[in-house]
Amino acid sequence: MSKKKVVHYINQFFAGIGGEEKADVKPEIREGVVGPGMALKGTIKEDAEIVATIICGDSYFNENIEEAKTEIIEMVRKYDPDLFIAGPAFNAGRYGVACGAIAKAVNDELGIPVLTGMYPENPGADMFKKNIYIVETGNSAAAMRKAIPAMSSLALKLLKGEEIGSPEEDNYIARGIRRNYFAEERGATRAVNMLIKKLKGEDFVTEYPMPDFDRVDPNDAIKDLSKSKIALVTSGGIVPKGNPDKIESSSASKYGKYDISGFSDLTEADHETAHGGYDPVYANLDPDRVLPVDVLRDMENEGVIGELHKYFYSTVGNGTSVANSKKYAAEIAKELKADCIDAVILTST
Amino acid sequence: MRLELGKVFINDVKFGDSTKVENGVLYVNKDEMLKEIGGDENIKNIDIELAHPGEEIRITPVKDVIEPRVKVEGQGEIFPGVLGKVDTVGSGRTHALKNVAVVTAGKIVGFQEGIIDMTGPGAEYTPFSKLHNIVVVADPVDGLKQYEHEAAVRMIGFKAAKYLGEVARNIEPDEVKVYETEPILESVKKYPDLPKVGYVYMLQTQGLLHDTYVYGVDAKKIVPTILYPTEMMDGAIVSGNCVSACDKNPTYVHLNNGIIEDLYEKHGKEINFVGVIATNETVYLADKERSSNWTAKLAKFLGLDGAIVSQEGFGNPDTDLIMNCKKIENEGIKTVIVTDEYAGRDGSSQSLADADPKADAVVTNGNANETIILPPMKKIIGTTDYVDKVAGGFDGSLRKDGSIEVEIQAITGATNETGFGKLSSKGF
Repeated sequence: MSKKKVVHYINQFFAGIGGEEKADVKPEIREGVVGPGMALKGTIKEDAEIVATIICGDSYFNENIEEAKTEIIEMVRKYDPDLFIAGPAFNAGRYGVACGAIAKAVNDELGIPVLTGMYPENPGADMFKKNIYIVETGNSAAAMRKAIPAMSSLALKLLKGEEIGSPEEDNYIARGIRRNYFAEERGATRAVNMLIKKLKGEDFVTEYPMPDFDRVDPNDAIKDLSKSKIALVTSGGIVPKGNPDKIESSSASKYGKYDISGFSDLTEADHETAHGGYDPVYANLDPDRVLPVDVLRDMENEGVIGELHKYFYSTVGNGTSVANSKKYAAEIAKELKADCIDAVILTST
Repeated sequence: MRLELGKVFINDVKFGDSTKVENGVLYVNKDEMLKEIGGDENIKNIDIELAHPGEEIRITPVKDVIEPRVKVEGQGEIFPGVLGKVDTVGSGRTHALKNVAVVTAGKIVGFQEGIIDMTGPGAEYTPFSKLHNIVVVADPVDGLKQYEHEAAVRMIGFKAAKYLGEVARNIEPDEVKVYETEPILESVKKYPDLPKVGYVYMLQTQGLLHDTYVYGVDAKKIVPTILYPTEMMDGAIVSGNCVSACDKNPTYVHLNNGIIEDLYEKHGKEINFVGVIATNETVYLADKERSSNWTAKLAKFLGLDGAIVSQEGFGNPDTDLIMNCKKIENEGIKTVIVTDEYAGRDGSSQSLADADPKADAVVTNGNANETIILPPMKKIIGTTDYVDKVAGGFDGSLRKDGSIEVEIQAITGATNETGFGKLSSKGF
C-alpha cells in the first residue's frame, strides 16, 4: 500500500526564517519537511509521508486572514493530501490562532482530517477546540519531545480512519461533544459509588462537568409603550390548527412565522400547541394562555401599546438543544430588527 | 420497617385455561383477565397480547410498564390508595413475578408515549425488552377527553398487574431478599460510625401524562415527605407519566428502584441508608422554591451526611434538580445528582437547562437527543400511526419500509434517571 500524504503548516519562527521581525512573510510552500516536520516524519514514516510544508508569518496570517486562508488552501489542494497537520503552536497566541483557523478552513474546504497541537490556554484552543482535534501540549517549544509522539499517534488514527478515543485516551483538548456509550455498571450503582467516594473525601470523576452558563442581561425598559411596536415570540409551540410546518413535539428542527393580523382572539378552532412537553389541554382550549394575542389586541385598541406585530414566531422548546435555540433566535431577531420592532414578549410554557 | 421480597422467576408466558404458574411458566387465562380488568365505561375495547424477548415485535405507544406483585403478609395491599386501602405498606412479605411485566398501550393520549422493541438495536436501549410482556391494548370510546382516557388506561394497567400478581400468593419464591430500615434514632444507635445517607426521589408532576401518585395522592399536591424505602416496593408510588418516555419512571421502576436497591447493598456496611425524601417537580416557581426548601430542610432534619438526588424528566425539571442540589449542599450535605442530557443530535450543545458549580458530582444516563434507526418489525402491538408526532419523532420518522428514525428519547426507559440502565455519555 502506498504511503498516505501529509501537508504540514508551520510559522516563520519554526521554519528558521526569523522571529517577530519576519512575522510578515507571505505563505510559501516547500517540498518535504522543514523544522518540527523532521521529528513528525520520523514517527509516522511507516504509514505516511510529509510531502510538503507550508510556511507563513504569524502577523501576515492574522492581519490578512481571508487572503491567507485562500492562498494556503490552494497550496494544500495541489498536493491532494490525506491529512493536514498544523503546528504545534504551544502557547504562542497568534501562531495558535493561525493553526486553528487554517486547520478548520482546510477541513471545511477540502474535507480531509486535520490536526494541530497547542497549550490549553492558547487563545486558539478555545476558539477552535469545538471544530478540530487539538493535541494538548506544554507551553513552550521545550515540550516538543512530548508533543510529537502524541500528535503522531492521533495523526495515524485519523489517517487510518480508526475510532478516536476520549480526550484522556488520545491526549486532545476536549471538544465539548457528548457521545453515548454503555457503561460497565448501571447508573444507580455508579451514583452510590460516587457518593461513597465523595463522603470519604476520595477523588471521583463527575460524568458531566457543569458548563459555563450563558446568562442574558435584560435590555433597558421601554420609555413609551404607547408608541412601541410589540412582537410575540414563543417556545410554547402555538401554531395554526393542523401544525402546517410540522414543528416537532420535541427537539424542534425549525420555527414557524405566522400571520395574526386577522385575529383578535386565538381559539380552539384556529390554533393549537405542537409542544409535547407539557399538559396541552389548557393551551389547546385557549391558545391565548400561551400566546396572549387577546390581551395585546385589547391593549392595542386602548392605546396602551402602539401596535402588535403582524407576525408571531413559534417553536417548541421541549428537548430542543441550546445550539438550535440560539440559531433560531439569531434569525428571528434579524427579521424583527428589519421590521423595526421595539420590544418582544417571549412566552414559554 | 422490614420487608421480605420473594421473587418468583418466570421463564415464559403463555395463554392457558387458567391463570397460574407451573414450572416457571406463567399461564394467563385471557378471558378471565379481560373480565377482571374490563368494565370501564370509557374504554371501547381491550385486548391482551404477549411479547417475548427476541421476538420481532414493536410495542407503541407505550404508557406504563408494571411488575405484577402481591402482598402476602403484613399491612395493606399492593398499590395502596390506588387499588387497595391506604394502609401504610412496606413491611411483612411481598411476592413479585420476575422477568414479566404488564405493558399498557393503545391509541395515543398525547404525543408523548414511548416505544419498546423486543429485538434489534432499539431493544438494547430499553430495559423492558428483556421481559416477557403481557401487553394490554385499550382503546377509548369515541370523543373521550384526554384526562379521562389517560386515567382509564392507567387504572387498567394496575388492575392487570394486581390480577397477575395474585398467582404468586401461594408460591414458594425462588429467592427471598430482606430489606430493613429502622426508625432513625434506632438506626443511628445501631450504626453510630456510618455516614447517614438519604435518597431524594424527585417525581414529575406537571399535568397530563406528566403525573405521579403517592399513596393515591396526585404528587403535585404534596409537600416533600419521608418514606421508608420498602414502601416503594409495595407500590406506594405509581406512574401516570410517560411523556418523552426515555427518562420517565414507569411504575416498574418505582417498584424496582435501582438507587434504593444499591443503597441497601451498602447499608450497614459502608453507609447507613436512613430513608427516602419524596418530592415533586411542579410548574410554578413558588412550588419549586417550597419543595426544594423542604427537601433541604428534611435532609438536615434527618441528619444526613450524604444524599443522592434523582431527577425525572428534563428541561423545566432541571431547575428543580439544581435547586435541590444547591440547597442540600448548602446544608453541608454531600450530594450526587442523577440526570440525563439533551445535548442536541450532534452532542455539541449544553446538556442541561440549569447549572450550578455545587453540582460537582453528576451521574448521567446518556444524551436523549441521539438518533437511532429502528428496523421494521414483523408485528406491531398498538399502532405506529403517531410515530412522526411522538416526542423524539419528526416529520418522516416513520419510513415506507416500516423502519423508524427517532431520537432515543422516544424509547421507553432509554435514559432513565434513576440509573436503571447502563447508558451514559462522555465528552469528546
